[in-house]
Amino acid sequence: MATRIHVQTTLNGEAVEFLCDSRQSLLEVLRDDLGFTGTKEGCSNGNCGACSLQVDGVLVDSCLVLAAEVDGQAVNTIEGLASPAQLHPLQQKFLEHAALQCGICTPGFIMAAKALLEKNPKPTEHEVRYWLAGNLCRCTGYDKIVRAVLDAAETMEASA
Amino acid sequence: MAEATAYQVIGTRPVRPDGADKVTGRAIYGADVRMAGMLHGKVLRSPHAHARIKSIDTSKAEALPGVKAVVTHKDLPEAPDKIANLGEGAVNLKFLSNNVLAQEKALYRGHAIAAVAAVNVHVAEEAVNLIEVEYDILPSVLTAPEAMEDGAPILHDGMTTTSLGEKTDRESNVASHYRFTLGDVAEGFKQADLIIEREFDTATVHQGYIEPHNATAMWNEEGHVTIWTSTQGAFVVQKQSSEVLGIPVSQVSVIPAEIGGGFGGKIPVYLEPVAALLSRKTGQAVKLVMSRTEEFESTGPTPGSRLNVKMGATKDGRVVAAEASLAFEAGAFPGSPVGPGGMCIFSPYSFPNMQVDGYDVVVNKPKTTAYRAPGATNAAFASETIMDEFAEQLGIDPLQLRVMNGAKEGDRRVDGPTHPRIGFLETVHAALEHEHYNTPLEGPNRGRGVASGFWFNVGLQSSVVINVNSDGTVSLVEGSTDIGGTRASIAMQAAEVLGIPYESVRPTVAGTDGVGYTDVTGGSRTTFATGYAAYEAANDVVRQMKERLAERWNAETEEGATALTAEDVTYSGGVFGCSKDAGKSVSFQEMAELMPRTGGPISGRATVQPRGVGGAFATHIVDVEVDPDTGKVSILRYTAVQDVGKAIHPSYVEGQIQGGVTQGVGWALNEAYLYREDGNMSNASFLDYRMPTCLDLPMIDTVLVEVPNPGHPFGVRGVGEVPIVPPPAAVANAIYRATGQRMTDLPMSPGYVLDKMQS
Ligand code: FES
Ligand code: FES
Repeated sequence: MATRIHVQTTLNGEAVEFLCDSRQSLLEVLRDDLGFTGTKEGCSNGNCGACSLQVDGVLVDSCLVLAAEVDGQAVNTIEGLASPAQLHPLQQKFLEHAALQCGICTPGFIMAAKALLEKNPKPTEHEVRYWLAGNLCRCTGYDKIVRAVLDAAETMEASA
Repeated sequence: MAEATAYQVIGTRPVRPDGADKVTGRAIYGADVRMAGMLHGKVLRSPHAHARIKSIDTSKAEALPGVKAVVTHKDLPEAPDKIANLGEGAVNLKFLSNNVLAQEKALYRGHAIAAVAAVNVHVAEEAVNLIEVEYDILPSVLTAPEAMEDGAPILHDGMTTTSLGEKTDRESNVASHYRFTLGDVAEGFKQADLIIEREFDTATVHQGYIEPHNATAMWNEEGHVTIWTSTQGAFVVQKQSSEVLGIPVSQVSVIPAEIGGGFGGKIPVYLEPVAALLSRKTGQAVKLVMSRTEEFESTGPTPGSRLNVKMGATKDGRVVAAEASLAFEAGAFPGSPVGPGGMCIFSPYSFPNMQVDGYDVVVNKPKTTAYRAPGATNAAFASETIMDEFAEQLGIDPLQLRVMNGAKEGDRRVDGPTHPRIGFLETVHAALEHEHYNTPLEGPNRGRGVASGFWFNVGLQSSVVINVNSDGTVSLVEGSTDIGGTRASIAMQAAEVLGIPYESVRPTVAGTDGVGYTDVTGGSRTTFATGYAAYEAANDVVRQMKERLAERWNAETEEGATALTAEDVTYSGGVFGCSKDAGKSVSFQEMAELMPRTGGPISGRATVQPRGVGGAFATHIVDVEVDPDTGKVSILRYTAVQDVGKAIHPSYVEGQIQGGVTQGVGWALNEAYLYREDGNMSNASFLDYRMPTCLDLPMIDTVLVEVPNPGHPFGVRGVGEVPIVPPPAAVANAIYRATGQRMTDLPMSPGYVLDKMQS
């Protein structure tokens, strides 16, 4: 086996280091080696968005990122979103709007929506739909997801 | 009944109990399961659509460092050629076993041939590529019409058609043929002024749940197998696995993980027995997870179909005869949903003369499995298109035509049953009155379509236990895996009966060792049947509390007074009272505290098999715009009206409808298995198998019509499946109004629509 690569990264604000193979995706290392299974896998080829997370603030499909690439970068996953006592407004609004049925797409949608609201705190419905088009949900028909994101945007604006 | 009742909990929209864990990534889905020392597996799959397996050489794979075991069909016991009821209907065990690991023949591209367990998934993948299989490639056949032709390649040597219940001696790919008849269609057609006959083709489509199939199994030293998996039914996995592995059900425990969508596709076992075999060989837990390509090539799908439908109507819009011949692809093994298709095709209506012939046809594609109202969507595409043609040609509003022909209580379905109290006409009237239908659609290349649909729903079996806590809260244990908020809808029904807040009921989904037998989450049955069990179990709690209070109060009264019985104890609004003594009053919480002094813990339990299943009807309205240059169809507006019986948690009812509509729109416009000449699928990825994204859709308006189901204490009807039934027909009818062209094939992709427009 080829030599393993030493990676130093920040995961949800904590310094983390790991060894990985060059062929391992960030998604695989997070889920299988580090035990961060909140990021989901739906396709492993960049088509479903279930594995969405942020690397240095940029929204990525983690199945398309090699684990070795995040050396020196900050990785933010769904596990780091809520504070100990409180859900993030997006998480809260997803619950209130029943924007999840099976919930497998939910971490990806929430991470993608978070990245959207950082760029565009007041998106229109069309802008939400355009941004989230890389995330597949097979259960909800998207209606309640879009409403949850729009409502979260409003709540976050109001409290900002 | 239910309409008049003021409910405390039912009809509200609380946050689901499993919500926080699901929005934070904490909930454990099947692929998240991890065991100490766990090995990872990979399945070798056939690259050919149809081939005889001459030999399998696993020696090189076994020699690869890191590989712990390899299994093939030889590791499975010989499966008997017998039919067993495995919870989703009858299954031939030999076929089930052969689908899990191919025995003599690979019958479709993606058919499992062998599997490897290794230290990690990459080594397992490398090992799979080292397995040498010698195939004799055979000609393949991919569609029902081709498979029914004389001289078509035969999939199963010796398989003959069972026709109208009789075995024939003709070797064929047609596994069975049935006929439903009501009245006399030949006579009916004589009365018709207008007869329309068309042939329709629908493509094979996939359930498309986002979470791939997974299974982790541990076969311990005592021969006991534990399986962790994402499934619609733990007990069904237990039963199927025990049959395939040839061990008693008591030796198989199934622990259901959270499940990332199913839609019917997570009922059959694929990986579970394989993971178990690999675990037996290695003595370690083994996990298998499918790739998306494997999902498309080896699981699901729902059948492609050829439908020939002929209907006749009088000038004034009375449909007097309807006849259908349905040929459904079963996939590699018999068992398509052609039966349900025939049960549903004409059932929104009270046509006097009907006949349906159904053919279950094996083809070299993965074995089909249930997909949301299985069979009904294919069927409605044909019948609802012809209904629209009648309306147009007879100059009648299409919804009024449905009013004139709509089924009511007491009308018979073609397959025999008589409709109980149903709400079909109520859905049509609600659509007629809806602002959407009454707002003119303006602009070029636009059209509005309507269509209706029926799904019969199922009841089956459920068990619930409610344990009372000393503080007056309860834990509720049920066996229905929660795919869309059913923990909430079941807990709400218990809370309503118990007169306690929703938050005081903590529901848990248990595995096969933790709760009584419960059938799959499917058939739109969970809120209906498991909810019914929760209702009964809650009543059992109340009954026990009443008995205890009667006894306790008797002990307090002086000698000689007439003894109170449980009947004298009343319960309402969370407080027990006494019909014979207005001074007595004990709250649910106080009674809970009294448990240790009145006989110990209280557990209510119920097992149910409710028969009063209320059928579900839907009527949809859709506006589309067709791009005249490309044939691309955009959905401008969508309204789905449905009789939901009683909406326990309206948000999740709306969600079921919105999700079903979206899947139906995908089926209508984009989704299809595309095959190359050699029988290999050419679009086995989410990039090329195009499911709707949120950019493809507007908001989906829902109208919940509540005609209570008399077969359920709160009037619940199953709601999950019927919303997928009308969309393809509704969209096709809208495209017609926009373009003047009738669509007869699914999907109505841009190329297809453009061809029609230019023809
Ligand atoms: S798993 Fe990464 S996009 Fe689907
Ligand atoms: S909630 Fe199931 S895939 Fe989105």
